[in-house]
Amino acid sequence: MSELAATVRDATAVVPVGGRTHWEVGGPPPIGTEVRAPAGIVEYDPAELTVTVGAGTRVGDLDAVLAASGQQCPLDPRDPDATVGGVLATGLSGLRRLRYGPVRNRLLEVHVVLGDGREIKGGGRTVKNVSGYDVARLMVGSFGTLGVLTQVTLRCEPLPPATAWCTVDAAGAEVLARGFRPAAVLVGPDTTTVLLEGYPDDLAAESERIGASVATGAPELPTGAHRGRISVGPGRVDAVTRALTAAGVAALGEAGIGTVHVAAPTLAGFAAARDLAQAEGGWLLREAGGDDGFGVALPNVALMARIRDALDPAGKCNPGRLPLTPAPVGSPV
Amino acid sequence: MCFPRSTEDVAAAVRVAARHDVPFVARGSGTGLAGGATPLDDAIVIVTTQMNRVLDVDPVERIAWVEPGVLNLDLSRAVAHLGLHYAPDPSSQQACTIGGNVATNAGGPHCLASGVTSAHVLAVDVVLGDGSVARLGGTAADLPGYDLRGCFVGSEGTMGIASRVAVRLLPNPPVVRTLLLDFTALDDAAATVSGIIAAGIVPAALEMMDAEITRAVEDYVGAGYPRDAAAVLLVEVDGLEDGVAAQVDAIGEVGRANGARTVRVAQDEMERALLWKGRKSAFGAIARIAPDYYLHDAVVPRTKLVEVLRHVYRIADEQQLTMMNVFHAGDGNLHPLIVFDAREPGVWQRVHDAGDEILRTCVAVGGVLSGEHGIGMEKREAMPMIFTPDDLDVQARLRDAFDPSGRANPGKVLPRGSRCGELPRVPEGTWV
Repeated sequence: MSELAATVRDATAVVPVGGRTHWEVGGPPPIGTEVRAPAGIVEYDPAELTVTVGAGTRVGDLDAVLAASGQQCPLDPRDPDATVGGVLATGLSGLRRLRYGPVRNRLLEVHVVLGDGREIKGGGRTVKNVSGYDVARLMVGSFGTLGVLTQVTLRCEPLPPATAWCTVDAAGAEVLARGFRPAAVLVGPDTTTVLLEGYPDDLAAESERIGASVATGAPELPTGAHRGRISVGPGRVDAVTRALTAAGVAALGEAGIGTVHVAAPTLAGFAAARDLAQAEGGWLLREAGGDDGFGVALPNVALMARIRDALDPAGKCNPGRLPLTPAPVGSPV
Repeated sequence: MCFPRSTEDVAAAVRVAARHDVPFVARGSGTGLAGGATPLDDAIVIVTTQMNRVLDVDPVERIAWVEPGVLNLDLSRAVAHLGLHYAPDPSSQQACTIGGNVATNAGGPHCLASGVTSAHVLAVDVVLGDGSVARLGGTAADLPGYDLRGCFVGSEGTMGIASRVAVRLLPNPPVVRTLLLDFTALDDAAATVSGIIAAGIVPAALEMMDAEITRAVEDYVGAGYPRDAAAVLLVEVDGLEDGVAAQVDAIGEVGRANGARTVRVAQDEMERALLWKGRKSAFGAIARIAPDYYLHDAVVPRTKLVEVLRHVYRIADEQQLTMMNVFHAGDGNLHPLIVFDAREPGVWQRVHDAGDEILRTCVAVGGVLSGEHGIGMEKREAMPMIFTPDDLDVQARLRDAFDPSGRANPGKVLPRGSRCGELPRVPEGTWV
């Protein structure tokens, strides 16, 4: 048994720690014995287009190793000090999701220390695998409530030959219709910013088709005391971003995805954003600034609680990190 | 056996199963290759083929809601006029259902670049073991809590029955080019596969066919494959003009550097369709050679392809069996195909033994038991080859959490001796 597994087994509550860059996502973590997953590359053969790392590996470090071989693993956290395990545990996808898919599609194999100290594996290292239940995907977005992620195998991608940021004076949906699978279409208050990736001549032609002009770089993500991301239907991003802007909330929407990043200086502004999201049938996940994390009751909460109880019967893995008890009727969520 | 027409019908059938405490098994077209939809004991078979409507297509959100009995190819046809398609394309796509694809997390040649079924399913309405209906996942960007949708996809009917599915549609690429490379040595073809990936190219599809199957297919459909090749690679790249042209050139170069005899680029849509017809007719072509075949499915690390293929042929030689290989080389997904005549006494045992040996070979180099067909009944006893008792215990607990009743397709995926109840012995041969 590893030292980490023994620590987990003997603790009454376990709190996995990575780079603390996602520390407040979904609300601040509970108090308990803090544990860290190992860091570093375990196995990397560029010809496989996969990489196995300790879950405690800093994303910036992983990016550098892969880039040296002309590859990448587009986890794209806001802060490169995030650890691979932290990104996976919170399940937050990066800005290039339109091209590379959500972060949950990156994980091939996972090693987990369960609350009772057992070390288990889910998935497998090959790029394709349907051998047994998808325990790896279950861990993505589980916020450490099912166990401590210790080692992961991720699917990589070749680095694109060229990239270009540009801006367009058109709605996100319109840009999506004009172009072919851009890497990102980000709807801001004044303009839409597009990330193109591919071969140089294609980027020029694509940019012309979209009607874009060259930009200096990525748009700023909203910042403020209260920060989070809204999830709505992918077709609602333009309208929601517009409405948020009108309500005085800083917003940047991912067209074709349904994520809208928001920030507000006050709790009232944040609450307005949450109301707006919920009116759209969506929700707002808090990433920083308060303890009202999810802001909604989890769907299928009884099933989720059964899964948590099945993997962590003692309830000691990041207890309370996910709102897995049904809210009493009539209580504010 | 019943043929529901709605979610409510499915739920009613599941409640009947509950009342009589008998298991239930969901079944689509029955094209599965691992026996996942084969009923055991007195199971009620819930056939979804009457639930075959495309319910809603949103061309802006690029999402379609479909019933589980919709055929895979019918979905792509239904959205073709919008310039969209559904990416996973199993060889059986003319016959297999979306519900079955969800159950097995099905793949296909074009999953190399765009991912298998799980990457394309956004939400599933599921009838659980107690007859209740839950929506797992959703069409919004993210859902709070565990990825129940991700758990359900690939669970082979053991966590409930999908009664509605929301899938992601992809825009058709503006430019598509298909290449056929042929080789006088299998190793050269395999080296080309690794070379293409190493050159930073992930083609839309990268398929390999060995000498035997190439000849069989050519005799069957006349796709224009060279009959004397030791192996051919069918490679497709798509995207924008410049990138596709650059990739076509690069793939040709990698091929020639690795001894490709010819590099042919399909000049028009007809030629392209014919090249693909060859690949997709492979299993039909077998019928001309022998009355029976056993198709395997295992994945190995891409860099181990040559080593494993050599071993696989040796196994066939040792068992005096005819072996062919037609497979998704780009993602290391092998499909060794043993052709035989079941009337020959003792042949089943040899086919069986060869299959076991192939799996062991794949696992020994870091491979897995299945890339796209699933575990079903066929491979459940092989699960301990890649999972420890603790790994399997977690999977059993996960399954029980979804289906505490244990009535959803019992006896599949997990081996006997996992935490879920022991099952009566499966009659010999039911896994075919």
